[in-house]
Amino acid sequence: MEGNFVVSRRMIDAFDVSPSDSEEAHVLAVDDSLVDRKVIERLLKISSFKVTAVDSGRRALQFLGLDEEKSASVGFDGLKVDLIITDYCMPGMTGYELLKKIKESSTFREIPVVIMSSENVLARIDRCLEEGAEDFIVKPVKLSDVKRLKDYMMREDGVGSESSRGGINKRKLQDCCDLSSSEPSISSSPSSSSSESPSRSPTSSSSAPSIPTPLDSPIRRLKMTTTDLID
Amino acid sequence: MLGLGMDRLRADMNRLLALLFHQGVLDEQFLQLQQLQDESSPNFVSEVVNIYFHESEKLLKNLRALLVEREFSDYKKMGIHLNQFMGSSSSIGAKRVRNVCVAFRAASEQNNRAGCLRALELLEHEYCYLKNKLHELFQIEQQRVLAAGVRYPMHN
Repeated sequence: MEGNFVVSRRMIDAFDVSPSDSEEAHVLAVDDSLVDRKVIERLLKISSFKVTAVDSGRRALQFLGLDEEKSASVGFDGLKVDLIITDYCMPGMTGYELLKKIKESSTFREIPVVIMSSENVLARIDRCLEEGAEDFIVKPVKLSDVKRLKDYMMREDGVGSESSRGGINKRKLQDCCDLSSSEPSISSSPSSSSSESPSRSPTSSSSAPSIPTPLDSPIRRLKMTTTDLID
Repeated sequence: MLGLGMDRLRADMNRLLALLFHQGVLDEQFLQLQQLQDESSPNFVSEVVNIYFHESEKLLKNLRALLVEREFSDYKKMGIHLNQFMGSSSSIGAKRVRNVCVAFRAASEQNNRAGCLRALELLEHEYCYLKNKLHELFQIEQQRVLAAGVRYPMHN
């Protein structure tokens, strides 16, 4: 895996990076909304990720050293990024455009990218998946969504190494395993995570998984039959 | 005496929360935020909510400024503000405010100025109500913290 960068003081000062811990995966979060950045940052930290949060696609590319106006080869130090999570709707560069730029880069195309969006538009989800996004999370983002991110991690130390097969194959492999157990990727299912309060929704009982109509995970969508989709 | 006070404060908080859920003012995302608050981040909810208040008031001001313009026609800009407002409202669990934004956006997409004005009034009203109730909630929370005898940094 390429990109074993040296951490530079300048990087740490310029971006808000949490303290270094070589065991924790490093996530680059991109969102123009300050409220959402605060929330995603907290969600990630509480799930034991290191986080760098930036407010635009441009800044994300700068952080990675991919900004067109800066030559990537001119000694630009960056921290190794294990996953990128980005909002779709952003002024300037959209999350989709950012995704494309990352997948076009020989250095960074292996980094899993997850898209977040408040709009649950199937065409948008498809477009992102086709461009190589690992997953598509419908906002508001919840703890269960973030816990799922561990499956996409690229780590050399063997944590989640089964998931580094990449793309569709990985999803299907996991699908086989997940089908038999209670499904954590339907985000409103309260039973899967012990850290979540049992009264997730005031109106639903905790025994029946209350599946919301928005499709929270394309992984779930891939497993569904056509009738399920219409439902 | 102190113990009874704590219990009553906790009951007050729960009652207020239950009411807000019942009214649809807040949804489960607010609970999610509360779950993210702990000793390492003891003021998380109020910090996020205060950012939300700050941003929302700017957005409301911008929306009103757009609509009072005599030659107003920039529905697209209004749509952008509304999407932001919708997004942040949804992220903190402000369900009713978010729903009004949805209706507002629909009026905007139809270039319906009168409809937009009505929606703005409703939005300002809902936002006001939410802000007052959340302030009430944070006040009870602060009292509870003081009653427990623990000093937490007070953020505005």
